This record gives sequence, C-alpha cells and structure tokens, in this order.
Amino acid sequence: MFGNGNGNGETPRKIAIICSKGSLDMAYPGLILANAARMMGIEAVLFFTFWGMDIITKKHVDKLHAGIVGNPATHMPAMLAGLPGMETLATKMMKKKIEEIDIPSIHELLEILDASGAEMYACRMAMDMFDLENEDLVEEVHEVIGAMDFFEKAEGAQTIFI
Amino acid sequence: MSTATFAGQTLNVDADGFLADANDWTPEIAEAIASDVGIDLTDRHWTVINFCRKDNEEMGTAPGVRRITKATDVSMKEMYQLFPGGPGVLAAKISGLTKPKGCV
Repeated sequence: MFGNGNGNGETPRKIAIICSKGSLDMAYPGLILANAARMMGIEAVLFFTFWGMDIITKKHVDKLHAGIVGNPATHMPAMLAGLPGMETLATKMMKKKIEEIDIPSIHELLEILDASGAEMYACRMAMDMFDLENEDLVEEVHEVIGAMDFFEKAEGAQTIFI
Repeated sequence: MSTATFAGQTLNVDADGFLADANDWTPEIAEAIASDVGIDLTDRHWTVINFCRKDNEEMGTAPGVRRITKATDVSMKEMYQLFPGGPGVLAAKISGLTKPKGCV
C-alpha cells in the first residue's frame, strides 16, 4: 500500500524509464534506478527501445559490452579504445568490479524488477527493425507496445530517458 | 530532531520517521511502526526483521532488499508482498534502523 516512496501515505509516485542504449554502462543506470524506485514503493515502468532492446533479448542480455570508443571518461587515449580487444578487456574489468561489489548481473536485475512488480515493455517499432519475435525476448517482458501505448502506461509518471 | 510516539514511548526520529537510535527499538515498537504504515506483522515479517536487526549489528548498516533475500528464505516477490509500500525502506523502518545505503 501507499507506494509513495516513504510509506507515509502521501501522493503516490511513479517513474517511467526509457532504455534506448544497449551497452553495459547504459543498461545498469535504468535498471538500478527502477529497482531503487520499487524498493521505496514508487511504481516503475520501463520501456526498451532501439539499442536498449539488447537488454531484453535472450541472445544479448548476458553479453552486453562496456562502451569505450568515443568516451572520454575512460581516461585512455581515444586511439587506444578502438584497438582490437580493448572493449572486451574493459567489459571484463567492469563485470569483475560489478561482481566484487555484489551488484547483480543485468539478467538478475531483470528478474528482481519482475518480482518487484515493475512493468517492462518492448518497443514494437524496434522489434520490427531488428527482426525480433516475442520468443526472442526474455520472459520478464510484459508486452510489446507502441510509443503511444507507452505514454498511456506512463501517465502521471516522471519520465527518464537513458 | 523530531519525536514520535510508538507503543506509549516518545522517541527521537529522523525527518522520514525512522528511529534515530536503533537501541530504542523493541518488538512492541516494531508492531507500532508497522501498524502506522498499515502492516500487521506475521512470522514472515519477523524473519525479515530479525535478520535486519542482526545484520545491522554486524555490518553497522541496514541491509538492502537483495541482501535480505540472499540471507533468508524470503524471496524477492514475497518481500514485496510483506512490505507493499516498499520493502527497502519499510523493512528497515520497522526494524528501527536507518534507510539502507545500498542501491539493491
């Protein structure tokens, strides 16, 4: 009951997060934020579109990579980031660190979100664009919907685009 | 620091109504806080509360929801059934602890 973020019965809160990127470093923020919202009783709706489809496709969910090319925050020379094997190495390092500090994998986070009652939707247009069928998606996805349906689901929510 | 009255005792609480001092907590106070947020405590709630109290003593901080589900036989889904207003905050609040610092 309440679902207002602090359990004292004021106006219910809701967030809608659009996940449009499929790299490891862009997948985590949306999922962690949605989970944090659920943990404090805020309703959460997630809409996966474009490259964000990788987060919810069976084939890619366990194989997301850290995006390092064109990212100055990696603190390495831009030329180096593009060398063969660098991205794999960076991904390996990031995943190791994530495990060390006991953050769940992307797939486990999707399971946690599902158990928490967060609603997860896939974008119909992105499904067509990437030739995806319903059976290609992880089972935590509720439904494939269009952009207008998303706005209906997100009514009254604070919306975050990632 | 504001105060709140639980089970006949006036205690210091933070801005969100969490007990300021975990040592003020008693099982009767847990019942009172739970009742304030619309929860009747069952044995399953107590499994969670007892773990939260013990873990806070050992780790110095309230456990997050995932930590609770890993250490007890309470599943993630059940956590949300037991604490529908948000298990992350309510488990800690009823256990007389501060809000969990972790993100999962």
